[in-house]
Amino acid sequence: MLKIRNYVKAADLAEAYELNQKKTACVLGGMVWLKMGNRSVSTAIDLSGLGLDTIRETEEEFVIGCMTPLRALETDEGLNAFTGGAMRESLRHIVGVQFRNCATVGGSIFGRYGFSDVLTMFLTLDSYVEMYRGGRIPMEEFASMKRDRDILVNVIVRKRPLVCAYFSQRNTATDFPVLTCGASLMDGNARVVIGARPSRAMAVQDPGGILTGFGEMTGEQKEKAAEAFAEYAFSAVAVNGNMRASGEYRALLVKVLTKRALRAVGGMGNEG
Amino acid sequence: MKVDFWLNGVRRSEEAQPDTLLLDFLRSRGCYSVKRGCETANCGLCTVLLDGKPVLSCSVLAVRADGKKVVTLEGLQKEAEEFGAFLADEGAEQCGFCNPGFVMNVLAMMKELEDPTEEEIQEYLAGNLCRCSGFAGQTRGILNYLRYKKSQGKGASKA
Ligand SMILES: Cc1cc2nc3c(=O)[nH]c(=O)nc-3n(C[C@H](O)[C@H](O)[C@H](O)COP(=O)(O)OP(=O)(O)OC[C@H]3O[C@@H](n4cnc5c(N)ncnc54)[C@H](O)[C@@H]3O)c2cc1C
Ligand code: FES
Ligand code: FES
Repeated sequence: MLKIRNYVKAADLAEAYELNQKKTACVLGGMVWLKMGNRSVSTAIDLSGLGLDTIRETEEEFVIGCMTPLRALETDEGLNAFTGGAMRESLRHIVGVQFRNCATVGGSIFGRYGFSDVLTMFLTLDSYVEMYRGGRIPMEEFASMKRDRDILVNVIVRKRPLVCAYFSQRNTATDFPVLTCGASLMDGNARVVIGARPSRAMAVQDPGGILTGFGEMTGEQKEKAAEAFAEYAFSAVAVNGNMRASGEYRALLVKVLTKRALRAVGGMGNEG
Repeated sequence: MKVDFWLNGVRRSEEAQPDTLLLDFLRSRGCYSVKRGCETANCGLCTVLLDGKPVLSCSVLAVRADGKKVVTLEGLQKEAEEFGAFLADEGAEQCGFCNPGFVMNVLAMMKELEDPTEEEIQEYLAGNLCRCSGFAGQTRGILNYLRYKKSQGKGASKA
């Protein structure tokens, strides 16, 4: 059980940050993950009085407050229009509506969980975290950073025009994913992200330039590039086995979902 | 710590420990419809409405209810009875253990979705687990209930 000695509703971020410097203190997100643990927390820091539970859309970006519930992201018209529904697709399989009304984007990204649909989705976009101390950090950099005692204030999505797609494979509906895959086409170049490997999501590098200029290719060229990149990802993306699936199965899923996602962003439907 | 909140429409001022979960807090205030069916935030049996939204009371701190409106099945007896009749008509339930959380979430869905399709219903209720059934009877019951509410002219109205 989670034990909490003191509960403080922070008056501002400075106070929250100060309190959080103690090793036994803990910031509360939606608490869905936290409450499963057996920690003894000296001071639980609640950010819910700071107005950080909204999604603001400007000309250049979406600014998503850390306390925004996953359900609000899932149903946000602006974000779904921008991502062609991929945002909703990445979230709607996570446990249930009541769960997603509790779990927050801040807790999901800060946790950098290996199985995370949320992290996979944001890595697919041109996104950043805004940390209280650390300032703006590209999501890819943040994903590989070690946990520290900073506070995640906002998640930012730059509105670089894109086409994107999201797929996950699950053994049963609402279970943790066996593999996640996001793809996007930005400035003509395609990008693929694989998560739940089962370790943390990563963008698949493209040293051979297979996907360079993907957006400008003919249908046949795209088909070939998707095939070639799926084959490359199959051998390049490190996967492992766990209680949900073997490494061999995950490797095959990497290939299938990579191709499917590339075909989707290439406008070729998602069969095959 | 003091928690000032509304429980089923009645203003309450109560004491809670910093780590008391809303579920245990509500049960200790006599709301026995709120139950714990799992330790992993998966079953949906503990569903209550917090400021109108369905949440898992097993994962929310009681102190976070401060200033908010909490509604449990005890506060929705009329609606629950009405919908319950449609479930009974389909012989949907076996042991009935999943009922309180399920009914809460169905009523939340009625408020949130306008004219949901069967697929949308399944998706909205995916976080409510039933050990005895495959939800086929429940789904029929819900569809009938929706049709009935619509014919009454107040179905799926945004509250
Ligand atoms: C049973 C279960 C099933 C799940 N299934 C999935 C799934 O299929 N796919 C998926 O993507 N996710 C899944 N998740 C994870 C879930 O979606 C959330 O990512 C997770 O619960 C964390 O979010 P939270 O708001 O509950 O954070 P909390 O549990 O409150 O916090 C998580 C951690 O982040 C820290 N933290 C929270 N907010 C901040 C902040 N603003 N700044 C700094 N630190 C912060 C906390 O101190 C804590 O260490 C699952 C979780 C559970 C419990
Ligand atoms: S008790 Fe199972 S989800 Fe809350
Ligand atoms: S009827 Fe038994 S758990 Fe649903």
